[in-house]
Amino acid sequence: MSDVQNYSPSVKAADHAEDTVWEQKVHFIDSVPRWLAMTFVFVVFVGTWQIVTSLRLVSPIILPTPMETLKDMIFVGQNLLTGGYMLGALWITIKEVIYGFALAIAIGFSLGVLVGETAFGEKAVMPYLVAIDTMPKVAFAPLFVAWLGFGIESKVALAAFIATFPIVVGTAAGLHAADENARMLFKTMGASRMQTLIKMKLPTGLPQIFTGLKIGAVGVMAGAITGEFLGGGKGFGELIRVAASQLNTPRVFSLILYLSLVGLVVFASVVWTQRRLVFWHKEQVGSGEF
Amino acid sequence: MSAAVAQDYAGAPLGTPVYELTHVSKTYARNLVVALEDIDLTLRKGSFTSVIGSSGCGKSTLLKIMAGLIPPTKGRVILQGQPVTGPRRDIGMMFQQATLFPWKTAVENIVLPIEIRDGKAAAKQAMGKAHELLDIVGLKGFENVYPNELSGGMAQRASICRMLITEPAVLLMDEPFSALDELSRDMMNMELQRICREQDATAFLVTHSIQEAVILSDEIVVLKPRPGRIAEIVDVDLPRPRTLNMMTTPKFGAIVDYIRSLLDKGEEM
Repeated sequence: MSDVQNYSPSVKAADHAEDTVWEQKVHFIDSVPRWLAMTFVFVVFVGTWQIVTSLRLVSPIILPTPMETLKDMIFVGQNLLTGGYMLGALWITIKEVIYGFALAIAIGFSLGVLVGETAFGEKAVMPYLVAIDTMPKVAFAPLFVAWLGFGIESKVALAAFIATFPIVVGTAAGLHAADENARMLFKTMGASRMQTLIKMKLPTGLPQIFTGLKIGAVGVMAGAITGEFLGGGKGFGELIRVAASQLNTPRVFSLILYLSLVGLVVFASVVWTQRRLVFWHKEQVGSGEF
Repeated sequence: MSAAVAQDYAGAPLGTPVYELTHVSKTYARNLVVALEDIDLTLRKGSFTSVIGSSGCGKSTLLKIMAGLIPPTKGRVILQGQPVTGPRRDIGMMFQQATLFPWKTAVENIVLPIEIRDGKAAAKQAMGKAHELLDIVGLKGFENVYPNELSGGMAQRASICRMLITEPAVLLMDEPFSALDELSRDMMNMELQRICREQDATAFLVTHSIQEAVILSDEIVVLKPRPGRIAEIVDVDLPRPRTLNMMTTPKFGAIVDYIRSLLDKGEEM
């Protein structure tokens, strides 16, 4: 037994030497829970806001106090909950966002498959898509209004138009994500083109496809509101525009906050679907996870 | 391919020619490169053949032709009496990467070749056999584990099962363990030998490692490059089953040295 100990340097060290226990430095931020860190930023932000307004550094017409904003948020919240005119407006905007996103997914995915899977699509269609994608898409808003009128259709069209391109790019990139070995494996198994697409290329590309969907989810909101700003109608964007023209800044602030909740729900539903569907993919930090 | 022919080969005694290549050449028309020239090769039932050569000697091209992935420019490629004109279910393949799909469990990955060829119902029926194969490669209990949770060696074991599930007449392997560390690699080579012997498999291995080729093979095809030709087919008459200890014997060393000298000669030309 003593022989064995002689051959084991670690045992020796433990017996004869001082313990080399030392404290490893832990960064302070690593020991703070996330909610606390976020609350801290929130408090600093609102605090600065309060100081700026109470010292009258900025005119109250331009920047309302946090309290005024909160009061207005409660007012708007009551209106929404009691089914007031604002709820009607919000519902119109939500419809634009949902229809716009659905349309963008359908068109974006189909074009993405065309461009990512077929040589024709890649050679002949992709250059046009890239060309259109580099244009400022908001500039098309007046055209959509002229073609589709002042109703919800022109807003749906703009929202879909903006959200389509990231989905095309995501889908096309996703279809190229499969490596050479996977392609060769499917070939040796005698898989048809359709089988290769559905059973291998699409599932492999889901992470990229969802990245496109997430970018699209953000864009669809911007598209709907821009459409309302430029093409009238009865949505939430119109309420914001009217409040801003009346210099009712607290109202503008609270309307934007409620609107951002809608955007958050759309985005979160994409993330939720992704977690269900792409359970096997560990997402990297900083790629839109929250 | 008729079922009757396949049946004949399945019952054939060890040593019967299974895969025959006659005067096979491959020229890539685009850049007029002669990748392979006049390859004659016979794989016998139950034998283990390796092909070795420096990069650019046409190993991969040869393997792709044998897998039915690309056609030869000249020559005859006959597996079980039938010309190979495309991928076939009596050809099993394995690559450098395990290439398991992360959204499928181990057992679902293994029955994938059945699912592709015969549909989901057939794949379900093959589950029992997939379980048996997992047991053979020492992965019992990992049936419903996703590939993310498997180590590199375990993933390659699962991909061996996927190769075996269709009961192929020939196993084609493209440096299957070269991505593993040396300890796992040695162990996997011994596993591969055991599995091949149990299944009376006819195996064909492409490798960069002379040691790996010698420890596993009955015959080693040494290719020399530009154009890829067979320099010599070396018989390895070490007894079976081989053990890792054999790698330190003088005979093993002599065979390794001989093959290295053949490869060096190929380089000079």
